[in-house]
Amino acid sequence: MEDLKKLYDAILTGNFKSAKEITQQALAAGADPQAMVQQYMIPAMDEVGRRYEANEYFVPELLISARAMKASLEFIRPLLIASGAEPAGRVVIGTVKGDLHDIGKNLVAAMLEGAGFEVIDLGVDVSPEKFITALNEKKAGLVAMSALLTTTMNSMKTTVEAMKAAGVRNNVKIMIGGAPVTEKYAEEIGADGYSTNANGAVALARKLVAA
Amino acid sequence: MHPTLVRLLRSTPVLTDGAWGTQLQALGLRAGECPDAWNLTHPEQVRQVARLYVDAGSAVILTNTFRSNRIALEGFGLADKVVDINTSGVRISREAAAGRALIFASIGPTGKMLMTEEVTPDEMLAAFTEQAAALASAGADALVIETMSDLEEAKLAVQAARTTGLPVVASMVFDSGKDKDRTMMGSTPEQVAEELAAAGADVIGANCGLGMEGYIPIARRLRAATHLPIWIKPNAGLPEMVEGKVTYRTTPEEFARQAAALRDAGVAFVGGCCGTSPQFVHALSTMLR
Repeated sequence: MEDLKKLYDAILTGNFKSAKEITQQALAAGADPQAMVQQYMIPAMDEVGRRYEANEYFVPELLISARAMKASLEFIRPLLIASGAEPAGRVVIGTVKGDLHDIGKNLVAAMLEGAGFEVIDLGVDVSPEKFITALNEKKAGLVAMSALLTTTMNSMKTTVEAMKAAGVRNNVKIMIGGAPVTEKYAEEIGADGYSTNANGAVALARKLVAA
Repeated sequence: MHPTLVRLLRSTPVLTDGAWGTQLQALGLRAGECPDAWNLTHPEQVRQVARLYVDAGSAVILTNTFRSNRIALEGFGLADKVVDINTSGVRISREAAAGRALIFASIGPTGKMLMTEEVTPDEMLAAFTEQAAALASAGADALVIETMSDLEEAKLAVQAARTTGLPVVASMVFDSGKDKDRTMMGSTPEQVAEELAAAGADVIGANCGLGMEGYIPIARRLRAATHLPIWIKPNAGLPEMVEGKVTYRTTPEEFARQAAALRDAGVAFVGGCCGTSPQFVHALSTMLR
C-alpha cells in the first residue's frame, strides 16, 4: 500500500483532486476502505490538527484539508455502510435560534465530517424544537450548538432546557462553541463540553462519544 | 493624506465611539432582531445612542450600518432596503453629531466565506460597492471597514470603498492562533498592514475579538509595519455570564488607564468595541486629554 501514503499527503496538503483520484484508484485495485480511513486518512487529519495547534496551519488549511478528506470519503463511505461499519458518531449541528452566523458552525461541521462523523447540519436560526426533532429522527448521540453573539448565546440555554423538558437530554452529549462561549458558560447551562475552535471540537466530539 | 484626515489628526489620539448593539438592546432591541433595521423603525433610539457618544467626547462616531450590505441583510429578508438603511444611518448619526463629530460610516463583513465558495468575489465586491455608494451619497465623512476576519474580504471592501473618494479605514479582528495575534484566516498584523495599505486603505486598524491587553502589542506591530495612521477599538475584556446576563467586567476606568499605552504606541484613533459604552468614551476622554 505504498501509494496510499500519497492519499495521506493529499489530505494533509488539501489537494482534493488528487485525494479523489488516489481513492478511486486504490479502491479499484482492491484496497480495504476501512484500512484506508484508519491508517491514512484519519492520521492525515490528525496531523492537520497538530499543525493547527502549532500555529503552522490556520482556518484556510483546515478547510482545504477537510474538503480533500470529504472528496475521498464520498467514495469510501458507501462501501463502509455496505460493510456495516458505523460512523465515528452522529452529530446534529446548528447555529441557535436568533443567530444567523454560520462560518464557525460550517467549519466545525467540515472538521467533524473529516474526522469520520456523520453530520446532520440544521443550518442557522435553529429552534429548540428543530434540534429535538432532528435528534429523535436521526438517533444522533451528539448535538453541537453555535452562537456568535452575546445576545443570542442564551438560546443555547433555552435549547438545553427544552431538551430536558422533552426527555431527550440524557440520550445525547451536548457540545457548544462560538466567540462568546466560555467553559464557565458551558457548565452553567449544563452542556457536556465546549471548544474555542473547530479543531478542538473534533477532539471534544471524540471524547464525548467515547465517554 | 486625505484633507479630512489631515485636519482630524492635528491632535491625536482622536476619540472614536463604543459599541452600538448593546446600547440599542438597552433601548429595547430584541435578540436576533436586525439592529440596522432600527434606522428605519426606531430612528429616535438610534439617534440617542449616537448622541450619547458625541456627548461623552467622541470626535468621530460610526453609523448603525454594520450589517447593511446586501448579502448580510438578505439573511434578515431586508435586501431591498440596502439604500434606505444606509442613507438613514448616516443621516441619524449626522443629526446626533450636529457638527460636533465627524461621521465614519460602518461597513462590516458579509457573514459569508469566499473560501467555501458560498459567495464569489464579484458578488462581495458588488455588495460592498452598493453599500459604500449609498453611505457616500448620504454624506458620510469617511468609511470604516471593520470586524473583518478574512483579509481577502477586507481587500474587496477597501476596493469598493475607494471608489467613493472618501478616506477609508480598514480594521480587522485579531483573535486566532496560539498567541491570539492572527486573523481567523491566519494573517499577521504585518501582512494585514502591508496588504490593506497596498489595497488603498488610508488607516489600518484592529477591533473586536480581544480586550485592551491583547490589542496593545498588536497596535505596536501595526505601527511598526506601516506609516499609515492606526485605528484601535478593543472589547471591554472577555464576556462573562452573571445571573444569566452577559457581562463585561472591565470598568471604563481600567479600560481608559490601559489606553494610555495605545496613545504612547502612536495610535491615531482610539475607541471601544463589544461591551463598551458612552461611559468608556467619557473615561477615555478624561484619561487621554
